[in-house]
Amino acid sequence: MEKRFASIWFRYLTTDRHAVRRPDLRAVPFALAAPVHGRMVITEANAVAETQGVARGMVVADAMAFLPVLEVADERPGLAARLLHVLGLWCIRYTPIVAVQPPDGLILDISGCAHLWGGERRYLKDIVGRLRSRGFHVRMAIAGTIGAAWAVARFGRETPIVRSGEEANTLMALPPAALRLEPEVTAKLHKLGLRTIDSFMHMPPSVLRRRFGEDLPRRLRQALGREEEPIVPLRPIPPYVERLPCLEPIRTAAGVEIAIQRLLESLCKRLAGEGKGLRAASLMGHRIDGKVVQVGITTSRATASIPHLIKLFALKVPQIEPALGIELFVLEASGVEDADPVQEALWSSTAGLEDPALPELIDRLKGRAGIRAIYRYLPDEHHWPERSFREASSIVELPSTGWKSDRPRPTRLLPQPESIEVTAPIPDYPPMLFRYRGTAHPIKRADGPERIEREWWMDPGEHRDYYCVEDDQGRRYWLFRAGHYDDDSSRQWFLHGFFA
Amino acid sequence: MAAASENTRETINRLKQDILRMQGFTPPDGGGARRIGLGPVEEAFPHAAFPPFGVHEFICRCWEESAATSGFMGGLLAELMGDAGVCLWISTSRILFPPSLSTFGVQPDRVVFVEVARELDVLWAAEEALKCNGLSAVVAELQDMDFAQSRRLQLAVEKSRVTGLMLRSSPRIVGATACAARWRIAPLPSLPEAGLPGVGFPRWEVELLKVRNGNPGCWQLGWAEGRFVPIGWPLRKTAPSRMKKIS
Repeated sequence: MEKRFASIWFRYLTTDRHAVRRPDLRAVPFALAAPVHGRMVITEANAVAETQGVARGMVVADAMAFLPVLEVADERPGLAARLLHVLGLWCIRYTPIVAVQPPDGLILDISGCAHLWGGERRYLKDIVGRLRSRGFHVRMAIAGTIGAAWAVARFGRETPIVRSGEEANTLMALPPAALRLEPEVTAKLHKLGLRTIDSFMHMPPSVLRRRFGEDLPRRLRQALGREEEPIVPLRPIPPYVERLPCLEPIRTAAGVEIAIQRLLESLCKRLAGEGKGLRAASLMGHRIDGKVVQVGITTSRATASIPHLIKLFALKVPQIEPALGIELFVLEASGVEDADPVQEALWSSTAGLEDPALPELIDRLKGRAGIRAIYRYLPDEHHWPERSFREASSIVELPSTGWKSDRPRPTRLLPQPESIEVTAPIPDYPPMLFRYRGTAHPIKRADGPERIEREWWMDPGEHRDYYCVEDDQGRRYWLFRAGHYDDDSSRQWFLHGFFA
Repeated sequence: MAAASENTRETINRLKQDILRMQGFTPPDGGGARRIGLGPVEEAFPHAAFPPFGVHEFICRCWEESAATSGFMGGLLAELMGDAGVCLWISTSRILFPPSLSTFGVQPDRVVFVEVARELDVLWAAEEALKCNGLSAVVAELQDMDFAQSRRLQLAVEKSRVTGLMLRSSPRIVGATACAARWRIAPLPSLPEAGLPGVGFPRWEVELLKVRNGNPGCWQLGWAEGRFVPIGWPLRKTAPSRMKKIS
């Protein structure tokens, strides 16, 4: 496809921004200033001030001397970059590939986009009209190369649209500054009387390189389309994305659901055709008021099942705030993996970890705000009870070792062992009686001790001597004593779990 | 006269079967009921078979009882899950010690634990899970459940044919629910092994407080060698005057 680029030049970017906030600044000379070496120097002046002779780089005191009505405000550092970023995001409605060209421009890759607005002229008019209505002085040009579009946007006198192949003719009449050169190079060209591009366009590149550096011939080649120029899009284009512009802004939940369904249908059809499945997706709604609302889902295994994904998004619909309405939906598959082909039910499958219904259920549960975590446990090679199991990394991970059931283990284990008072004969007999939360439990039967050593390389402390005990009413407990009996200190006893 | 009364009894039996069918209790198909090893306890249920496609409610008043209930549930789950089934265990904080499930014949790695923030989310997650027919059973630990909530769960179960086990620890109100049965499992002194000292196999007092279309009662069950061991016959049958039916 023929490459087309649009360049937008915000001539008075930051002063326009101030004027949007304070419309009275539009009619008076106004400038922004920043301190440079202890002096306030003008960094940008609006159109009125410029016609009266105020220019960038002038000291504020000098400007005030001949123009006492000049309004001056402090420049906020980084404002221009932030503004360009926001404007760039806004321009994504015209083309997916938008790049920022600091300090005051945007570049849009509009290849294959303009016909949706009925041609490049209308496309350009639409963008310029909308930006002007927001209070920005803009100039825009469309050309076959980035360099030519940049040049025409800033220096062009005639038509802002340059047809591909005619860049050379258009550039001929423009000054060398239109080639995005360093000020020193431009000054040198002027000094040598090379005031338009055509005066040096046909010079041998080696001559230009020797006199003016590598930059000039490179910029010339780029502007004439003899060298590719890379741009960094503001938002990288994910390979799987679907867009749904709406004729009328969508404001209802039902409308949002329909939009999600349409987007998913086309996305899943594409994914299924390529044998891939979705792991993560996000839905962005571009609202009328310029904000973007976004919700995301993740799945625990790659899937292209539309009903399942609709259910996941349905949980998120209440989080989408349409405000005055959403005019464009974008569904982006940020995580895509190869999917195992799903077998159509030939016979009703037995339930199991491989059952596709299980990951779908887990995805639905994860989508809910109140669900803290979903775990599966696998045995781990540790004797210490708290470490005898670990979390599985995936839903289908199989245990590498078997579960141990040779020793009695309680069905309920307290997260923190609780201290108890006991009456126990020393050295190693089980207690005769213990008191837990104010209730005395006389012990009728007991097993133990089962000594479990602490893993000293993981944490310091005493070993534990565990006893299974049963009280007079048949309630079974898991108690332990921490460490040996010493001469002086009475040893601490703890209750750690309850047996079935 | 005798023939007439015989006729009447037959009609009443048939009508009873019809009512059961309308309420979602299909008679076990083919060769007899699916036994899950509960022995005499199963006789209390309609068709003398444990209704696997229902919501069962377990009342625990203290930690010891919930530990016993977890063990009893482990035994049920082993039977319900079979060799490949998956169970979901929903709670606000996990106190169950996963390795202990292997004592009751359940592979703990086939249990998926869901930790939620609030009681209401337990019910929501349980309902979502009970609608999913890829599971064998769903266990939910919660405190209170009212009739409407239990009805929702029961309706979900009737469609998906998953067993729901609700573990209600120290409930504030034990009101009417739409569950198939209400149980209470209390620990009893363990089964001693002949001639051996120490703690033996676990033994419980299994009480069916309410059974839909069945007969409540109280039994003693033990757990030894990987199966339920019934001990004696019903300790006491609840007197007919106290018999409560949920229907």
